[in-house]
Amino acid sequence: MAEIMVVAEHREGELREITLQMLHKAAQLSGERGHQTAVVLLGSGLEGLVDQVRDRTDTVVVYDDSRLEHFDPGLHAEILAALIAQRAPLLTLLGHTPWSMDLAPALAVKTGYPLATDCVDILLEGDRAKAVRQIYNGKIFARMAFRDSAGYLATLRAGAFPAAERARSLAEIVRPALPALSLPATREFLGYEETGKGEVDIAQADLLVSVGRGIGEEDNIAPARELAGLLGGTLSCSRPIVDKRWLPKYHQVGTSGKSVRPKVYLALGISGAFQHVAGLNGTGTIIAVNKDKKAPIFRVAQYGAVTDVPALLTALRTEAAKQS
Amino acid sequence: MNIAVCVKQVIDTEAEKRLDPATWRLDRNVTCILNPYDEYAVEEALRIKEAHGGEVTAVCMGPQKAEDAVRKSLAMGVDSAVLVVDEALTGSDVQATAYVLAEALKGIQWDLVIFGVRSTDGETGCVPAAVAERLGVPLLSTLAKVEVQGSSVAVHRETEQGYVSYECPLPAVLSVIKGINEPRYPSMKGIMGAKKKPLDVKDASALGLDTAQVGLSGSKTKVLSARIPEPRKAGVKIEDDGTGAQKIVEFLASQKLV
Repeated sequence: MAEIMVVAEHREGELREITLQMLHKAAQLSGERGHQTAVVLLGSGLEGLVDQVRDRTDTVVVYDDSRLEHFDPGLHAEILAALIAQRAPLLTLLGHTPWSMDLAPALAVKTGYPLATDCVDILLEGDRAKAVRQIYNGKIFARMAFRDSAGYLATLRAGAFPAAERARSLAEIVRPALPALSLPATREFLGYEETGKGEVDIAQADLLVSVGRGIGEEDNIAPARELAGLLGGTLSCSRPIVDKRWLPKYHQVGTSGKSVRPKVYLALGISGAFQHVAGLNGTGTIIAVNKDKKAPIFRVAQYGAVTDVPALLTALRTEAAKQS
Repeated sequence: MNIAVCVKQVIDTEAEKRLDPATWRLDRNVTCILNPYDEYAVEEALRIKEAHGGEVTAVCMGPQKAEDAVRKSLAMGVDSAVLVVDEALTGSDVQATAYVLAEALKGIQWDLVIFGVRSTDGETGCVPAAVAERLGVPLLSTLAKVEVQGSSVAVHRETEQGYVSYECPLPAVLSVIKGINEPRYPSMKGIMGAKKKPLDVKDASALGLDTAQVGLSGSKTKVLSARIPEPRKAGVKIEDDGTGAQKIVEFLASQKLV
């Protein structure tokens, strides 16, 4: 029997959804193989978070220390390397997120374990692990082998798995002392900006009206927001809209934004680049409107209209107003 | 303020990607370009140099033909370059690549190392973090803003949920995102001048690399097999004849979605 360890992600007191998705995969692999699962929480003031993972794993390892209040990949990697040396998990899972992408490569250097990144699946065959990745813009699925090792590291793509069920008896909680840290905190945290705290979270919305480059100009943002309101939904967008600063970052869907799973996703002028579509796993119905009939978004949409987006937006608003 | 900027040559985004079924590696005998994300790294390095003085050195690992990508960075204004070329490096994964780049970086002077956020081929975005770890200096990744202030740097880091601002003493390793700046086009003078700029081509032994840690055999991960996924079943697609909005609303209503 071996252990599968999940490195939890949280921000400003909230557990990130990727943590529950990793726990789903960990539970599945451990169920197949009779392994145990453990979740590691690092931070400051973690009691609420411990409660959220306690019934989804066998063990919770907690490092609750004021020095860990702000994520620092150097400090986190050092603590995790010590923990991995002690618990010797067969597999350690991290999120393929801006946070863990800083952490996982450093951990691989420290532990010497092989690392596969951005995995959409992990398989265990005996004590050997295999990973499935999408490469070359999602055009190709690659199955990766790890060199034989005592342990393996993998980062998982957000949205690749559903959230773990609360299906277990309460986990054992372990609170190890912090190892002696050789590194001082190297970077000073100054603050969060444009996080959208208090705004409607697009990850929680049942209906998203999502705008992309094809909406043409900034003046079309307001009508799109209004349409979202009429349909009882929330406004989201693709990357170019954030790059143009037409909407703040927390509206963005995709691998560098948020993973969403609404019942309805109305994509207005979104071409459907792989990085965007990867944030739509688990979405119910995708409806696409785009001027370019070859836009890749039509490959994933259940319903699509080939047309000029701003004109259709106006017409949609009128129609939606009639219905409501 | 000396800056090293790490660049990679990648297959042109528009080119058709073909895999060699024996090795599952990309056939690189097509049009290749400087990794588009690296243009932002080069531009950021040049802007910092213009404001604070110093030298900018490009560092690249790749085949001999990657010289074209390196020359482009020189044409943009980079002062000199190191290109690591060795057949033994072919097939290096993230960790092996980071080892090679870190060893090459140890041979030059820098206060900052700047990367593009990821390559458009491997797309892991994980090389900067592994290089920082090997060099033992702090990492600041996915940056939307970089301001050098004396011997420290203030940055805005992009996350999936807004930005986080940090301040960090130098030396440091940075990765910058698309949109941090507007990369300049090389001028004709720049292109001509690039041919005369110093470009130091090094092999594994010149860098003193342990060949057991590089290439396909030295990598801890490798591609076993690859497949092109089945295209998803397309849904209904209508050409808008003026009734598109009505049809979409009807579709939503018929599926009981609103």
